[in-house]
Amino acid sequence: MNKIKLIISREYLTRVKKKSFLVMTILGPILFAAMMIVPAWIASREDTEVRTIAVIDSSGIFVDRITNTDYIKFEYLENKSVNSLKKNFLESKYYAVLHILPSITYEPTAVHLFSNKQPSFSIKSHIANSMEQELRNQKLRANGIDENVLKSIKSDVSIRTIQWTDDGETKESSTEVNMAIGYASGFLIYFFIFLFGAQVMRGVIEEKTSRIVEIIISSARPFQLMMGKIIGIALVGLTQFLLWIILTFIIITGVKTVFFPELGTPNAQEVVVQDLFDQGTMPQIETMQAPQNLDKFTSILNAAKSINYGVLLGSFIFFFLGGYLLYGSLFAAIGAAVDNETDTQQFMLPVTIPLIIGIVVMMNVVQNPESPIAFWFSIIPLTSPIVMMVRIPFGVSDWELALSMGLLVITFIGSTWMAGKIYRTGILMYGKKVNYKELWKWLRYKS
Amino acid sequence: MILLETQNIEKKFINHLALDDVSISIPENSIYGLLGPNGAGKTTLIRIINRITAPDKGAVLLNGRPLQANDVNMIGYLPEERGLYKKMKVGEQALYLAQLKGLSKKDALKKLKYWFEKFEIQAWWDKKVEELSKGMAQKVQFITTILHEPKLLIFDEPFSGFDPINANMLKQEILELRKKGSTIIFSTHNMGSVEELCDNITLINKSKNILEGKIDDVRKKYKSNIYEISFNGNTEKLESSLNNHYELIDHKKVNGNNAVKIKLLHETNENELLSLILPAVEIISFKEIIPNMNDIFIKVVNEYKN
Repeated sequence: MNKIKLIISREYLTRVKKKSFLVMTILGPILFAAMMIVPAWIASREDTEVRTIAVIDSSGIFVDRITNTDYIKFEYLENKSVNSLKKNFLESKYYAVLHILPSITYEPTAVHLFSNKQPSFSIKSHIANSMEQELRNQKLRANGIDENVLKSIKSDVSIRTIQWTDDGETKESSTEVNMAIGYASGFLIYFFIFLFGAQVMRGVIEEKTSRIVEIIISSARPFQLMMGKIIGIALVGLTQFLLWIILTFIIITGVKTVFFPELGTPNAQEVVVQDLFDQGTMPQIETMQAPQNLDKFTSILNAAKSINYGVLLGSFIFFFLGGYLLYGSLFAAIGAAVDNETDTQQFMLPVTIPLIIGIVVMMNVVQNPESPIAFWFSIIPLTSPIVMMVRIPFGVSDWELALSMGLLVITFIGSTWMAGKIYRTGILMYGKKVNYKELWKWLRYKS
Repeated sequence: MILLETQNIEKKFINHLALDDVSISIPENSIYGLLGPNGAGKTTLIRIINRITAPDKGAVLLNGRPLQANDVNMIGYLPEERGLYKKMKVGEQALYLAQLKGLSKKDALKKLKYWFEKFEIQAWWDKKVEELSKGMAQKVQFITTILHEPKLLIFDEPFSGFDPINANMLKQEILELRKKGSTIIFSTHNMGSVEELCDNITLINKSKNILEGKIDDVRKKYKSNIYEISFNGNTEKLESSLNNHYELIDHKKVNGNNAVKIKLLHETNENELLSLILPAVEIISFKEIIPNMNDIFIKVVNEYKN
């Protein structure tokens, strides 16, 4: 037992002390944080150049009807032809020229936008939307429907989902939030299994090619060496994961307070949400009169709060470790069977395929977490770590979770036992092209 | 007193028998040579003694009782194909390997300090192994093998990769270890060092133990009754003094003197030979030629082939 501890600590310390670990630890959260901050930053830095577009409206129905925005202004020119504008276009102040033909009322293509640049999508869609709306309004008016009626029939629907839990409580949930969390956890598990599983394999190959393995196994049993390596690297993974969470949190908070101080202070919205959450009663939610965007924000925040993070994090660590141990032992066996990394291809394929199936199924499960596909792939141990993690935010019944976890444990014990047998024989085998038949023979060797 | 004994060891691999009924016994406090052509099964036997692999049949006894898992702490093993973690620092690595052999960190540090000073390699402590030359790495490896003062040491081709100075130093260390009470199994193809170091040998060929014994007995057993005589005088005169119990097999000049090799055929001995040739020439030296291990190795292996 002492020896396996020694091996674990060597595997752990040599990796944690590496420069690449430090680099990954710092870069990881910066990338994560960037993924969250950059879109916000870009959104806050919209194009601020004011563009003026000349409108030649031969139909006469759109004059002063296309709405100006902060950055797009429209100027309606009379008695000008497109050709006359084209001549002096470069000297003019215009970004583009919009030419509307009289046939626009029945011919959708009777409108042209001339410019020396390619107009942006947002400009194009703004013009199209404004014109469509105007045409619709005019047609409705022509049929005798009055402006006020028009305004009053404009409606929006935004569904908030509320779950009745088994113990009679109600809690607000959000399909979108669940999807996001499901995706993120599934991908993380996939990524971790690959990243650290491959590290196990490389570690075994390194020991084999540097020929130290015979010295080690004259002191410790091969199984101790294999398990020590797998466990040591699992701890490296958990350490990295923990550091990422902490650092990401620090970076996001830091950036928020420095660049978006208004988001950092508790404002009216959050106070409202807090009240609502504390009382958490249905009538309050229903009767709450709030602007629509506040409503949406409240809803997401409530949903995010309604997720049981204890269960989520607990199962994440369980499925990460379970999946990693299962695949890690297979990776160790592959490492032992080959002489160098280029020979790993033929054995890598059957190990990677279930992982990739897991990711493919995940895309489907996110849409439909209760489907038979979702059920079976979250029970089958080779894909369950990924697929079950996607289902958990949506709520999974206890027996399914227990079955999935139990099967995973049984399978990784089995795979470790099997890998141990291949490993024991493989690490002392050099210069031999190994195939599956050979591996089968190793499995049946007596210890 | 026998330290280690293997009894009728048999080990099968997929398509061949690696060891077939191999029994050896290694006396305590001796150097035991494990000889044999490539692929004879020496490494398999060493791995069985190290508990790296298990025999299909037979037993390994240490001090008369079956070898157990913890006994590996009493064994120091330097494999033929050896290596260290390239990216790890020398000191850290030596400490790790010593602790794997059951030493406490404190003891290991103390002993490592002693050996690093003795070999004058303290400056390497914080170097990575990949920065060392092959010979340097071998020294570190040797230290890690003997650091826990094992009762039984197993060296597989220990001199490969060493220059003559370091090889000699290593030889002295091995002799020193025996003096201190260690028992050493020594596997090599270098027959010169076998003669120099070993007390006993065994020769394994094609999975079988075909020759075992004290090295002096083995050499005596294979002597061919040839004597080398150097003398002042006429070679023809000497030759004519011999009768049909002798055969002159070689003659040459050594340092201005004549020298001959004479084989005693049958029903005679050294004294009779001397009494025959003494009147003929002036004898300077007379010695029996004892075959060296190299000749014995080749002879025995070839004989076994036929």
